[in-house]
Amino acid sequence: MVECSLDLRRGGFHLRVACRFASPWTVLFGPSGSGKSTLLRVLAGLDRDGKTQITVDTKEMAKLPPGARNIGLVAQQPALFPHLGVAANVGYGLRRMDRSAQAERVRQMLALVDGAHLVSRRVADLSGGEAQRIALARALAPMPRVLLLDEPFSALDGKASDALIARLQPWLREQRVQVILATHDATDAFLTGAEVVLLHEGKIAAQGAAHEVLREERERIIRGVGSQA
Amino acid sequence: MDWQALILTLKLAAITTAILLAIAVPLAALLVLGRARWLAALEAVTALPLVLPPTVLGFFLLVLLGPRTAFGRAIVALLGHPLAFSFSGLVVGSVIYSLPFAVQPVVAGFAAVNPALVDAARLLGASTPRLVWTVLAPLARRSLATAAVLSFLHTVGEFGVVLMLGGDIPGATRTLSIALYDQVEGFDYAAATHTALVLLGMSLAALAVLYASGVARGAGPESARRGARHG
Repeated sequence: MVECSLDLRRGGFHLRVACRFASPWTVLFGPSGSGKSTLLRVLAGLDRDGKTQITVDTKEMAKLPPGARNIGLVAQQPALFPHLGVAANVGYGLRRMDRSAQAERVRQMLALVDGAHLVSRRVADLSGGEAQRIALARALAPMPRVLLLDEPFSALDGKASDALIARLQPWLREQRVQVILATHDATDAFLTGAEVVLLHEGKIAAQGAAHEVLREERERIIRGVGSQA
Repeated sequence: MDWQALILTLKLAAITTAILLAIAVPLAALLVLGRARWLAALEAVTALPLVLPPTVLGFFLLVLLGPRTAFGRAIVALLGHPLAFSFSGLVVGSVIYSLPFAVQPVVAGFAAVNPALVDAARLLGASTPRLVWTVLAPLARRSLATAAVLSFLHTVGEFGVVLMLGGDIPGATRTLSIALYDQVEGFDYAAATHTALVLLGMSLAALAVLYASGVARGAGPESARRGARHG
């Protein structure tokens, strides 16, 4: 369970959030500029502030550096290391494991994201969608307690994105990895059966089951499907 | 041609360049990754030799390393001889004098690395030395090469600091630029032409290699260009 309390100002933007994420999947939903990415960066430790309080399973995180929090983050930009190959990228966070265990974990993670065939590719040769899969495998390889996803499937088409989520969900549940997914696409929230946190202008406007919090979005999607049919 | 001065100059430039790279990489990492306000002061001090007359720098070093200061006396007690008017003293002076020529390209190279890559390495548990060694330095290798070439050439051509701090001792502190000065003073223009042409040729050759390899033109790290594809 992730709990956080933060009051952060960045230029003209004010993010003021106190919340508890207890569901295995939580969707942070809101329009661009609502504070989703900033909240994820704060949870990951990339954006720090003295007033922030973050606990994961009652362990205080706010003062820990990003690498000591056991939190993974995959952003919209995959940020793969361009001078390393795919396998080295996925294995970057596994420095403490011996080589054979590292290689095995890299193989497992690539298989999980349906990227086993990319193992010997250069990063420069990957498509946008492939790069996002590799970034996901890299973030999962150290087996984080919490995985933060900031619109990480934007380069995948709808079918590929749905298939990847369907593939990931049982594994993440089995490994007890809690996921917080930031998106402005309501279908992600309905697909994962997640708890939804609705962010609006840096504040939490609502929190609860997807069909309650995103009732209007749901009706809009249904109307859209109806008009296409 | 003063071969002794040529060998001494190359030796001084090689040692200075090696020391400067060892200093410039961690210093640049501190300047780029650090957030403390005093780092601006450190950056200014690092850049000072760019604007300070070399004779002023040489004079201060001469006084500092001489027997009049506690620091100079400590050096004598430690090494058994003063650093002024010695090859070791020249190395110290050259390192300080050429510091900005090594640090500034590396700072520019590190600062141009996509910040998302730095975040990714941090999230995956990389310590600062590992981040520098495995991400920043490989991606800024063109900047490191530029820093090395500039440091080397700047050391080869320095005059004021060498003269103030080292004097003109053959085999110990007489570099090519000092030898050239001596040759002109002695009206030996043929030898001076020879020496000047050697200095000109070395500088031109090093810069030609630098530009031909594309290092200077493509000073930005590859991450900035490749990252755009996945942006």
